[in-house]
Amino acid sequence: MANNLTVLSVTELTRTIKGVLEARFSNLAVQGEISNCKLHSSGHLYFTLKDEHAQLQAVMWRSRVGNLFFTPQDGMNVIARGNITVYEVRGVYQIDVVQLRPLGIGELQLAFERLKQRLAGEGLFDVERKKPLPPYPRRIGIVTSSTGAAIKDIVNIISRRFPAVELILCPVKVQGVGAAEEIATAIRDFNRYGKIDVMIVGRGGGSLEDLWAFNEEVVARAIYGSKIPVISAVGHEIDFTIADFVADLRAPTPSAAAELVVVDRSEIVEIVRNFWYNAHQIASNKISLEKERIKALLRSHTFNRPLDLVRQYSQRLDEVKHTLSQSVAHHFRLLQEHVGSLQKRVASVNPELTLERGYAMVTRNGKVVSRAKVLSQSDHVGIKFHDGIVPAEIK
Amino acid sequence: MSPKKSDGKQSGGNFERSLKRLEEIIETLERGEVSLDEVMKMYEEGVHLSKACLEQLTQAELKLKRLSKDINGNFRLIDNTEE
Repeated sequence: MANNLTVLSVTELTRTIKGVLEARFSNLAVQGEISNCKLHSSGHLYFTLKDEHAQLQAVMWRSRVGNLFFTPQDGMNVIARGNITVYEVRGVYQIDVVQLRPLGIGELQLAFERLKQRLAGEGLFDVERKKPLPPYPRRIGIVTSSTGAAIKDIVNIISRRFPAVELILCPVKVQGVGAAEEIATAIRDFNRYGKIDVMIVGRGGGSLEDLWAFNEEVVARAIYGSKIPVISAVGHEIDFTIADFVADLRAPTPSAAAELVVVDRSEIVEIVRNFWYNAHQIASNKISLEKERIKALLRSHTFNRPLDLVRQYSQRLDEVKHTLSQSVAHHFRLLQEHVGSLQKRVASVNPELTLERGYAMVTRNGKVVSRAKVLSQSDHVGIKFHDGIVPAEIK
Repeated sequence: MSPKKSDGKQSGGNFERSLKRLEEIIETLERGEVSLDEVMKMYEEGVHLSKACLEQLTQAELKLKRLSKDINGNFRLIDNTEE
């Protein structure tokens, strides 16, 4: 029997099969569920694509893995585009994946919900473990891209509000595969470095795919493990990421994070101004009081020394007051200018615009009510919409 | 309330401590149970503290540094050269 057939070597046969398969099955797309997904230390990604009746080995080379925006996970339905190749050494065929996409946005949302539920179950989002932010941080760590809009916005806002701080950037890739790992590493590095009071982790707006790194488990774990308080600042107001749930504080945008992390210096100016006013008032009163007391004393005794003492105090007060007005006046002026420009800025933010977006404002006696607890039963209030006010009574 | 603790000097931009101290001083002064000498001391301390705060606020320029890690995993800060 065998004499009638050409005998091939295994290599020859495999080569022939390879030629046929690779010619016939090139540039195709196949849909399936990922299983046994492994990112090898070489950077290549290996997984199996399967459906109810069959499975297909798949490999994605490192150079292409770099273009992925999400970490493929077991159970995810995907469409893989690529070519069938035959690996001669082991006599197996596989798909060499050029591009991998989630079957739909739904796949990502599913992955998001699954991770969110699992992490919530583990207590990563628990309110009790959220750390308070330092009121006056001196050094602020920032985990974001060195070229993105986020770092620019943060620098601008903090230099306006409270420039007496040091910002320390740990530049990372914020999208694409590897981004999540870089972000997580940066958070851990800041903890090892230790000499910062708080950190902002985030990036500017983008598509769901662009923001995906902040939905990856490694980032969530790194934030959870951070001893330094973390403010998340990802995308726009409407974007919620896993990072937001784990963070000690979620800022809706990087700019908002910059506003939340430092107070405005005009607030400190106000505190200082109040101090000067009150302390000077109290000290002057105390001196006059003392003067009166001693004068009264003097009327009954021949006793000069205490009055001298009081005069000395009086002089000292005047001197301190003098120092204050001489050397500090220009600081006040400088800050006053700054506060003035701020007030203009605030005035340009029209609250009516917020109302037009569908929000309403509660007022009482013409004043805005910003807390529920200040209202009590049968209080008369007004509810201000963008098109008018309606009266209401608290039940 | 321990007035001895603070020497009236502002160290390294510690606004938290300074402002807290100012608050303490005001509270103590308002309670009015201190001698005139102490009132004056506290007043002077407060003026120095708040002056230092204001000076820092007006003079400070935001510093932007970059965290860099060498192969041994040691950290140092470098200037942020990229814009």
